Amino acid sequence: MSGQQAPAASNLAGPQSAPNPNILETRDLSMVFGGLIALNRVDLSVERDTITALIGPNGSGKTTFFNCITGIYKPTRGQVSLYPADGPKISLRGLPADKVTYMGLARTFQNIRLFNNLTVLENVLIGRHSRMKAGLLGALLRNKRTRQEELDAIDYSFELLVSYGLDHVANELAKNLPYGDQRRLEIVRALATEPKVLLLDEPAAGLNIGETAALKDLIIRVKEAEKISILLIEHDMSLVMNVSQKIFVIDYGILIAQGPPEEIKSDPKVIKAYLGEE
Amino acid sequence: MSSNTPKMSAKSRIHAEVRASLAAALWFCFLAFPLMTLSIRPGNAVAFSIARIPYLFAAVFLLTVLWRFFLRRRSFKNVSKAVLESEGLPEDLRPGPKPSWVSVFMSSKYRSHMVAFLLLAVSVIPFVSSPYVVNVMVVALIYVALGLGLNVVVGVSGLLNLGYVAFYAMGAYTYALLNQYLGWGFWVCLPLGALTATLMGLLLGLPVIRLSGDYLAIVTLSFGEITRLVLTNLNITHGPRGIGNIDPPGFFGIDLNGSVKTFLVQRLNVHPDMNVNKIYIYFIILAIVVLTIICVFRLENSRLGRAWLAMREDEIACQAMGINRTRAKLTAFALGSTWAGLAGVVFASHITFINPASFSFLESIMILSIVVLGGMGSIPGVILGAVVLIILPEQLRFFSQYRMLLFGALMVLMMVFRPGGLIQSTREVYIHRGGSRKNAPVPEAAPNRGGRS
Ligand SMILES: Nc1ncnc2c1ncn2[C@@H]1O[C@H](COP(=O)(O)OP(=O)(O)O)[C@@H](O)[C@H]1O
Ligand SMILES: [Mg+2]
Repeated sequence: MSGQQAPAASNLAGPQSAPNPNILETRDLSMVFGGLIALNRVDLSVERDTITALIGPNGSGKTTFFNCITGIYKPTRGQVSLYPADGPKISLRGLPADKVTYMGLARTFQNIRLFNNLTVLENVLIGRHSRMKAGLLGALLRNKRTRQEELDAIDYSFELLVSYGLDHVANELAKNLPYGDQRRLEIVRALATEPKVLLLDEPAAGLNIGETAALKDLIIRVKEAEKISILLIEHDMSLVMNVSQKIFVIDYGILIAQGPPEEIKSDPKVIKAYLGEE
Repeated sequence: MSSNTPKMSAKSRIHAEVRASLAAALWFCFLAFPLMTLSIRPGNAVAFSIARIPYLFAAVFLLTVLWRFFLRRRSFKNVSKAVLESEGLPEDLRPGPKPSWVSVFMSSKYRSHMVAFLLLAVSVIPFVSSPYVVNVMVVALIYVALGLGLNVVVGVSGLLNLGYVAFYAMGAYTYALLNQYLGWGFWVCLPLGALTATLMGLLLGLPVIRLSGDYLAIVTLSFGEITRLVLTNLNITHGPRGIGNIDPPGFFGIDLNGSVKTFLVQRLNVHPDMNVNKIYIYFIILAIVVLTIICVFRLENSRLGRAWLAMREDEIACQAMGINRTRAKLTAFALGSTWAGLAGVVFASHITFINPASFSFLESIMILSIVVLGGMGSIPGVILGAVVLIILPEQLRFFSQYRMLLFGALMVLMMVFRPGGLIQSTREVYIHRGGSRKNAPVPEAAPNRGGRS
């Protein structure tokens, strides 16, 4: 199986290929922790302007997959490529996390990781970091260019907060927000980096039914309004089936199925992975 | 019967508290028994007396009761606040963080007036007070600069640096050595001292990039001690004997204690014993402090400063937001050290004699205490912290032998009852000016928004 895929991968990367329908692709992505193979030759692709889901039982390697493509971990082997609509292919493998963000991948975390003792607006402003330039001298001298950049960033952040209904708490400390709003803020903060692909790691974890419904609308709205692609890890099946166009299923680090929601729902391999052997 | 229950439980709770306090007092007396009962009389005779034990017992008992009372009250307060919040009060009724009086003052429209008045008051001090007061003020201001510098590293960036004094020493020795051997003046050495300290900060920063928390603390602590030992053992620094006769800052080649002093004493009624060089140094360090405050304030509300704050809050999330953690750490380390270097040069010119003993680990702890006591990340807090920890002990000479004891007690109390410091840091409030973001989606009343869930 792997023998057949190696030439396919090099074909896709070749210069002669027409505009790639995928914005993000991994080839042969593997991650080994000591003796544990957390990811085993994962080939996953995210199509442009779609919502793709990655599902799997607990401990199957979903978060590890995110960590590998965002540069938090360095994958043991394999490629991660980004295909911007307006430029050449970018290889993300081995880039540090901040560079990956700069290239256009932004993420949220399974366990919310906000900057708790900073305000909501400051959280979003920090998301603007990679799109700003001011350095030490700019900060100290506060020259015109720095002031303008700062004002623009503040405006941009406020607009984001207004768009996603968080402007009324802009000056509250992030830790004082209700849980649902914290989840929402984490998404807004990721959007501030102007991503091409947004990676959401179990955004519905800990939300009640009403909040999950709101989250579903939010995810669809983000995709439409920001014109980006989304890769979603989620346990809530109804959410996944409702929003995603394509689903990848992973178990013990191996992709066991992929396809549109209807197909996945009835795939015996998926059912077995979730419910165990009969 | 049922109405009696809460009373009973309160009573039994008091009993439990008293029992716990009694136990604590007993235990303490047991631990301190030899210390409190045995004493050595002239002629090496050992005397034994238990007369002091009852007093000790009573004192410890009372303190423990008070301590437990305040702890209980504090946890009760927190609980009631948490309950209020979980009941889902409307947002504007929820007990938010109370604004400190400083933040109220700083955001008032009289801010610039007050700052000007404060500066004026501070500028008048050397002309109306004694040489002693000026000396104490210079030292206090040096510590303000040190505190503000360390605040960048510890308070803003969250990097626990226990070897900060090494950079202070670097500045002081840069000036002392260049002055001693090459005869270079203060104004040349001030930027050089700052530069040396900055470079040392970078140099130390490189190997510790991957460390944080306790590990970083241990490495920086060792670095501070190594620096002190090197200074003690080098020949050119004259080892423990130190370097003396360091020149005061030059003032266009004029001897300030000549005709300038005559003028000041006769016309402005300045104290006749005043060393005018000290007044000069006072204004130099005051200027450095003002400049530092402006710099730190600007940094905190800039792209770089926010990167530091993000790093303090969450090292992983900050990288995911596009922040280069290596660069953020290095700049924080190096910049924080810059102020230590500046303060060191001023310190050397102020006391005119330095030796490695001035740069012990205790000094690092002192500066850290200023930051922690004042309020991590809070500029007014650090200033107040320096004033409290430097000037107060001077005023309370009576306590001088118990100074460290008081210090420790104060720190413990602070950490329990006011962990944010005397003046807690507050965040800048931003106002939405309106404006447009490219491709902004139409705002839409988001469903299920607000505190109720
Ligand atoms: N840093 C790490 N070191 C060692 N093992 C890890 C590490 N991160 C994840 N793992 C292991 O990898 C497997 C996949 O974990 P994870 O990706 O968090 O699963 P999921 O997100 O699908 O629930 C688990 O067995 C986990 O214990
Ligand atoms: Mg996970």
